[in-house]
Amino acid sequence: MSKLLANIERVSAGYNGETVLRNISLKIHDHDFIGVIGPNGGGKTTMVKVLLGLLTPYKGKVSQPSGPIRIGYLPQAAQIDRSFPITVQELVESGLQGRRFWRPGPGKAQKKQIAQILHETGLSAYAHRAIGELSGGQLQRTLLGRALIKEPNLLVLDEPNTYVDKTFEGELYHWLQELNKKMAILLVSHDVGTISSMVKTIACVNQELHYHPSNVLSAELLKVYNCPIDVIAHGPVPHRVLGEHRH
Amino acid sequence: MPQFFDLFAYSFFQNAFAASILISLLSALIGTYIVARKNVFISGGITHASFGGIGLAYYLGLNPFLGAAVFAVLTGTSIEWITNKGKMREDSAIAILWSLGMALGIIFVFLTPGYAPNLMSFLFGSILSVGRSDVLLIGGLTLLTALFFLLAYRPIIYTAFDPEFSSINGIKVAFYRYSMAVLVALAIVVSIRAMGIILVLSLFTIPQTTALLYTHSFKRIVALAAIFALSGALIGLYVAYAMNIPSGAAIIFVLTLQYLLLKGIDLLHRQRRRNTAD
Ligand SMILES: Nc1ncnc2c1ncn2[C@@H]1O[C@H](COP(=O)(O)OP(=O)(O)O)[C@@H](O)[C@H]1O
Ligand SMILES: [Mg+2]
Repeated sequence: MSKLLANIERVSAGYNGETVLRNISLKIHDHDFIGVIGPNGGGKTTMVKVLLGLLTPYKGKVSQPSGPIRIGYLPQAAQIDRSFPITVQELVESGLQGRRFWRPGPGKAQKKQIAQILHETGLSAYAHRAIGELSGGQLQRTLLGRALIKEPNLLVLDEPNTYVDKTFEGELYHWLQELNKKMAILLVSHDVGTISSMVKTIACVNQELHYHPSNVLSAELLKVYNCPIDVIAHGPVPHRVLGEHRH
Repeated sequence: MPQFFDLFAYSFFQNAFAASILISLLSALIGTYIVARKNVFISGGITHASFGGIGLAYYLGLNPFLGAAVFAVLTGTSIEWITNKGKMREDSAIAILWSLGMALGIIFVFLTPGYAPNLMSFLFGSILSVGRSDVLLIGGLTLLTALFFLLAYRPIIYTAFDPEFSSINGIKVAFYRYSMAVLVALAIVVSIRAMGIILVLSLFTIPQTTALLYTHSFKRIVALAAIFALSGALIGLYVAYAMNIPSGAAIIFVLTLQYLLLKGIDLLHRQRRRNTAD
């Protein structure tokens, strides 16, 4: 029996009265690995913000039916100010749940946890470096560390493959496969070719949301889903129309 | 140099000396926050808007620094609010508050009958004329700011760096950001007495820019900025007294020279390293 972690129900949302998302619904269960695709400006990040409670929808609701969950979040790279004077360790530590932040800061167990995450992400040697001195891949690893440190049940990644080299991308996808054994993952990407091999299901977001309960998508189906994105990028696109899909 | 130490016999100089040390520490903390958040323009707006408060207080016969503090805090928190709501262009809002404050200040000063207050002392400041009560005020604010940073360093920088992530993690983002907006405004106001409206912002940014030659970690920038601000303030203080020029200008001049000198040395080092690498 899989647990329903988060439920987006008939949500309309946007900014300053303008509608970006129209009546979208999405259920996220544990062990899910959902790829969110769609054109630039289609509303992927907006949906993430609604899910995280950062943006209040005009209509509809977002709930966590199996009780409160911990969500790890890796924001879009453009949202991060790389010149901000914060060290790798400080940034990873900031992922711990609030309140503990007042002096004396994280306890012994948490310090161990921070060291562990720095080790796993290969950043131990960079712990006291400022993030401005990191490469794109190292910064993404730091941000991933921040997202993972509170051991989330749901990991949300917003275009983690922008500004990073292919080596990191491969490494990231390997990690995600491992992490998916422990947590649900929502991976936003405008690059359907790369993600379709890893994800289990796909949500196409372009004002509306079309859920596709498989990781195989055809160009025709993308058209039906009103999801105009490049499918060319990586290898041949599976040409298979699927019988089953809900809207 | 013995002449310089003789000056400590005078209470005006003791006050100026104490004020220099305190303002250097205060500006190291607050200035690093301003520079980290890229809020230099906002701080300029706060500084100039406070002139409206000075003018209004004169007109009403109140303490001008109380007026400046009220205007500065209102400006700082309004800009923080506008930034968060995103309903208006932040730079336009700052420009409006900036010039409105100056305009109000000039209008009220001219409307004040009889004795026209010494505008020059607000525009250029004078660290050699700060009194015991000024020192206590600056000291109190420095202590408060230092305590806040000591206790809440993490949430302060986390909410400055990534407010969205902080709010997901259950940090009271608004509390920290508005508290800092108030502290920034007050720090600027208490420093106006010494540095003047035109120059005060440099004290909050040049030492940080100098520190950035050596480090990009918040804590280390604070430490280095404190050292650079202190040396700039003390040497500037001496130059101001020796040459009988306004202290604010002398301090900024020394801070700038200090920056250029260290920047030059830094460039030479880099050059040499590149040459030996060849
Ligand atoms: N903070 C904001 N204020 C106003 N409009 C926004 C804001 N963020 C995004 N938008 C608009 O919402 C639409 C969807 O943006 P977004 O969710 O970022 O798309 P995606 O992540 O799919 O590229 C775009 O038209 C964008 O201009
Ligand atoms: Mg986006």
